[in-house]
Amino acid sequence: MSSMNRREFLQILAAASAAGFALDSRLAWAAGKGDSFYELPRFGNVHLLHFTDCHAQLQPVYFREPSVNLGIGAATGKAPHLVGEKLLKAFGIKPGSMEAHAFSFLNFEKAAKTYGKVGGFAHLATLVKRLRAGRPNSLLLDGGDTWQGSATALWSKGQDMVDACKLLGVDIMAGHWEFTLGDKRVLEIVEQDFKGKVDFVAQNIKTADFGDKVFEPYAMREMNGVKVAVIGQAFPYTPIANPRWMIPEWTFGIQDDNMQKTVDEARAKGAQIVVVLSHNGMDVDLKMASRVTGIDAILGGHTHDGVPQPVVVANASGKTLVTNAGSNGKFLGVLDFDVKGGRISGFRYKLLPVFSNLLPADAEMTALIDKVRAPHLAKLEEKLAVSEGLLYRRGNFNGSWDQLILDAIMEVQGADIGFSPGFRWGTTILPGQAITFEHLMDQTAITYPQATLTEMKGEQIKTILEDVGDNLFNPDPYYQQGGDMVRVGGLEYTCDPNAKIGNRIQDMRLKGKLLEADKTYKVAGWAPVAEGAKGEPVWDVVARYLRDKKTISPRNLNQPKLVGMKGNAGIA
Amino acid sequence: MNTTRRTVLKGATASGVLAGLIAAGALRPTQVLAADWNKAAFDAKDTSAALKGLGAGTAAESKDLILKVPDIAENGAVVPVDVTSNIPNTSSIAILVDKNPTALSAMFTFANGALPDVSARIKMGQTSLVKAVAKAGDKFYVAQKEVKVTVGGCGG
Repeated sequence: MSSMNRREFLQILAAASAAGFALDSRLAWAAGKGDSFYELPRFGNVHLLHFTDCHAQLQPVYFREPSVNLGIGAATGKAPHLVGEKLLKAFGIKPGSMEAHAFSFLNFEKAAKTYGKVGGFAHLATLVKRLRAGRPNSLLLDGGDTWQGSATALWSKGQDMVDACKLLGVDIMAGHWEFTLGDKRVLEIVEQDFKGKVDFVAQNIKTADFGDKVFEPYAMREMNGVKVAVIGQAFPYTPIANPRWMIPEWTFGIQDDNMQKTVDEARAKGAQIVVVLSHNGMDVDLKMASRVTGIDAILGGHTHDGVPQPVVVANASGKTLVTNAGSNGKFLGVLDFDVKGGRISGFRYKLLPVFSNLLPADAEMTALIDKVRAPHLAKLEEKLAVSEGLLYRRGNFNGSWDQLILDAIMEVQGADIGFSPGFRWGTTILPGQAITFEHLMDQTAITYPQATLTEMKGEQIKTILEDVGDNLFNPDPYYQQGGDMVRVGGLEYTCDPNAKIGNRIQDMRLKGKLLEADKTYKVAGWAPVAEGAKGEPVWDVVARYLRDKKTISPRNLNQPKLVGMKGNAGIA
Repeated sequence: MNTTRRTVLKGATASGVLAGLIAAGALRPTQVLAADWNKAAFDAKDTSAALKGLGAGTAAESKDLILKVPDIAENGAVVPVDVTSNIPNTSSIAILVDKNPTALSAMFTFANGALPDVSARIKMGQTSLVKAVAKAGDKFYVAQKEVKVTVGGCGG
């Protein structure tokens, strides 16, 4: 349907409804609203458009939001740790509406068929152009995780996304997975492709030896008579969560003190609006907003939370808006400030879902995407198998796509236990849909893709699970890393998120038998962060499994028994 | 990046200029160490024994003693620690790691007028409290923060 324009789509919807097709009855309402869905009147004089964590998804995709996103400690029951009906209620979203489909997992399969795919750079480009036409001198901000996540991004070392972002009109960018292309490649893009066009900013990346800056900490732009500073914040734990050897000379961290210094410097140089383009993750952003003063808004990403409205955080000198704009090209955030006499007199924020069928594809962007894909088309479109069930990734503990990867790497490598990293990117497949090689790459396209088979003692397995559990459930957000729990195949366990490290993971059992601390087990995994790891790329291992099976039955999700999470608004 | 400074320093090391300085007696590390080496404190297996070795049985928390360490170590083998004391007459600063096999990592003493501001890289085997202990007059002060050492991977 990508070539169909909006009017044609709406006409077909109307015809389908009239003919009594099994479309959702609310679609008539949606169709009637279609023309006005993206009409967002201009407000004020400072306009920021923000997308983040698109993970190189140039094409429209399906993407299911999580049904498990637990909040622990002070984060319990608050955004972004709300799922399903609790999320809709908190933000006043009508159940069954297009927005409800965009922001929640509810009724996903049926709603996805009704409303179609989301995102796609050609559709996003149309939306950006439309909004910018009504918002003179607006800035387009890219929160990062843009050059990684697809086959074509991996094979072109991010070049397809660099070109697409320049065409889209990105002005300022922050980063995380970008760094897994290695320091030299990042600098090459920033110093050559982006020179004079896109500012790549990061206040929290320094050289490991002398603490010198690697990138400009912020960019200053004048917009409709107002000076606006955009400070960059890279993912603070990149050298821990991803291979450090790819960026050996750089050090990261949260760097509150330096953030405060940077804000103060931008203000001293006349900035009337100061925003942070952040890849901290929302929990870290919320804490940072309470500690650092003088920031008007933190436009956040990393944790892939589609949060409909900003959270307003009070600090010692004022208030800071904190947003998070989802993932996979599914949303575009629009933040308007009205600045009068150097002061903010009001703001408007809207996180717009990008429904591909409601936004005609931009011709120029379509041409670029087609050109990128053309040499690889046969490989990308190879049908590996057909999935009978829904395949998705997001969720704190497991997703059906991860379960499929675990089943594959364990069977192919003859392992007792499987580990798959708790990545939050990766697209969704509807029941009955073919799994193409491109879909498989959506889940696995990284620069350290080796599949591994390791002998581990029971004690070691427990240590790893506790360590990752603490990255997710430490009550202090500054000790969290923003991914999900490592996905575990074969091994059953109980998890008490409120417990301290060392006590969260309990009752680990393999085929009903308690795991023994001193016994050695064969563990299959992938994505090793150590330098020099050997192994076949995980996509080849899983592709072989899929070609062999041809039909993939609905997966049996291995999820831990949870303790103390009854009533938590972050679990459906 | 200040590449000039980096190049000069790399060049200096390579051509032995620093070694020359030491040989000429401008820097005399072994003599300094020999004079001040507190064996009891550096050999102590835990923090309380190390503090005792330093003569610092009790230390008061002070906001004028500023300890900068990462929340999570990027590399446990080289954790950057920065300590600044704004306490008047600070004469020494010690850095301790509770869960290291020997708790005392470093000890700095300041001659009259030297600014008590030190940076070091310390090794940590596991998540632990890191402590800075400053001596001013005959009193001891402490600042502490937990540094997490993690297995890594799986993020994002």
